[in-house]
Amino acid sequence: MTDQNIEPVVLEEPEEVSQMVRAKRKRGASVFEVFLENKLAMAGAVIIVLIALFCFVGPLVYHSNQISSDLNIANTAPGHGHPLGTDNVGYDELGRLMAGGQSSLEIGFAAAMLAGLFGVLWGAVSGYFGGIIDTVMMRIVDALLSIPVLFVLLLMAALIHVNQLNLTLAVAFFAWLVPARLIRGETLTLRTREYIQAVKGMGGGAGRSIFLHIVPNALGTIVVNITFQVADAILALAALGYLGFGIPPPAANWGSMLSQGVTYLYAGEWWLIYPVGILIVLTVISLNFIGDALRDAFDVRLQGR
Amino acid sequence: MTRFLIKRIGQSVVVVILVSMATFSLLHLLPGGAARAELGVRSSPSAIHAFNVANGYNRPFLDQYWFYVDRILIHHNLGYSYKLNEPVSTLLSMDLPKSAYLSGLALLITIVIAIPLGIYQAVRRNKPDDYALTGFSFIGYSMPTFWLGLLLIAFFSVFLKWLPPSAPQTPTVSGSITDPKAMILPVLTLTIVGVASFSRYMRSSAIENLAQDYIRTARAKGVTKTGVLFRHMLRNAVLPIVTLLGLSVPALLSGNLITESVFNYPGVGLLFWTSTQTRDYPTLLALTLVVAIFTVIGNLIADICYGIIDHRVRLS
Repeated sequence: MTDQNIEPVVLEEPEEVSQMVRAKRKRGASVFEVFLENKLAMAGAVIIVLIALFCFVGPLVYHSNQISSDLNIANTAPGHGHPLGTDNVGYDELGRLMAGGQSSLEIGFAAAMLAGLFGVLWGAVSGYFGGIIDTVMMRIVDALLSIPVLFVLLLMAALIHVNQLNLTLAVAFFAWLVPARLIRGETLTLRTREYIQAVKGMGGGAGRSIFLHIVPNALGTIVVNITFQVADAILALAALGYLGFGIPPPAANWGSMLSQGVTYLYAGEWWLIYPVGILIVLTVISLNFIGDALRDAFDVRLQGR
Repeated sequence: MTRFLIKRIGQSVVVVILVSMATFSLLHLLPGGAARAELGVRSSPSAIHAFNVANGYNRPFLDQYWFYVDRILIHHNLGYSYKLNEPVSTLLSMDLPKSAYLSGLALLITIVIAIPLGIYQAVRRNKPDDYALTGFSFIGYSMPTFWLGLLLIAFFSVFLKWLPPSAPQTPTVSGSITDPKAMILPVLTLTIVGVASFSRYMRSSAIENLAQDYIRTARAKGVTKTGVLFRHMLRNAVLPIVTLLGLSVPALLSGNLITESVFNYPGVGLLFWTSTQTRDYPTLLALTLVVAIFTVIGNLIADICYGIIDHRVRLS
């Protein structure tokens, strides 16, 4: 999001390359098998699982006070019961990373799911009915896409009191546009297929076609896009937090931790910026690797038949 | 061409109207309304009433919207920043050239690097140097802009002490131009992020074009390898990049906002950010509208360029 919220221009791999991949791919290999073959994606998946364990199970093992600050121990260097030191108000940095990760992952996933769900519905309805409905629905998407997201998120954060729920909704509000466009495109080709015609012929309604036939067939596109949306949402949250509009303390978030750490850059207090920065980058890179691999895995053109 | 132009411009105007309505409605979402925001939390009901009457906020919504459009279009009045005690248009005329200088310079360098880099990667695809460059662009792409800026400051300013950690602080654009040393880090930050994503697209676009028949025909006619690349392939492969440029205007503007706040560069992005900190609503709303208009213009120019380069687009 933040700055990554451009609609990806889909450029297809040339025939030559896809034939190479196809040759390598076993006949009838399932989506899951193809995904397992991709080493980068496996590494990404392992890293995401580790980060999730660190954030959600970590606090159960490693106890630290994340509610009240303690200025007596502010900016302590790593060691002495604080493996990663403490921040400028005395929160234990390692525990803070876990707490911040929890909210980043929760909001990121929730916003992406919400956006995916709504975007799929919007796109499917728009593509299925076509005509004037399609035109109006897609012009709305176009209009919202030309709003610079970060500016509006900052504007909203300045207007309302920020909490986890409205932050999720705000991020989701701008994230459903790309899935809506992708699914609309998919629906346009799917609705001409025989099986949809058959549903119509047997008297099935629009709801039946969309939910039982179009959405399941577009599942690949949906899953891939949601993966990228999670990465974008986490980046957007970090940017918002960095700019001072995260959920207010004692809640933690990775972006604000970075912006507070910056003040101590010249003092050489590396533990306030590098661990959190590396965590953000690792999370986002892993999600992007997973998304790329899923795209290959779901790509029908590349599947051996 | 004229029909295509009229249609696209018409669509853009509709989008701008929708965005202006949305921004205007946001004014009504303010806690306690616009008057509270301007006059302060402890303002008296009579002062609020007087303010609402003076600004027309007691009239019906559509009347107010019309009043707002009239103020901007006829009187060229974007509003008044009570916090900075200056009209928003004055603030803009000071900061816009500086932002344009930063973004323009970064974008220019990005294009100059990313397009040859993408072509090079396409020619050398699936070789070690291509993998290394792809790895670099993946990392650059996943890196938050502010984190990249911080790393550059940590390395070049704190560790090596070569470059100043903040951008030129002068109020005029000429001050920024005459202090190139301080501009290096902000421009570098934006360039790395830009090259990472544009070279990726350029690479796949070039790979796709290299497999086309016209390349083989040109080679068969005896055109040299570089001749084919730059005279035949470039024009076709650059097409998606032109659209991407137009579509990436929101991304450029947000990147600009973050970079300006990391390096404390006094441009529109920093103005927007400080306005969110001080809750300077008139400035925020006016800037949102201006930024949205820029975005729409960016998309429009991209579409028109696309139409000029590729004649088929106009027909469809």
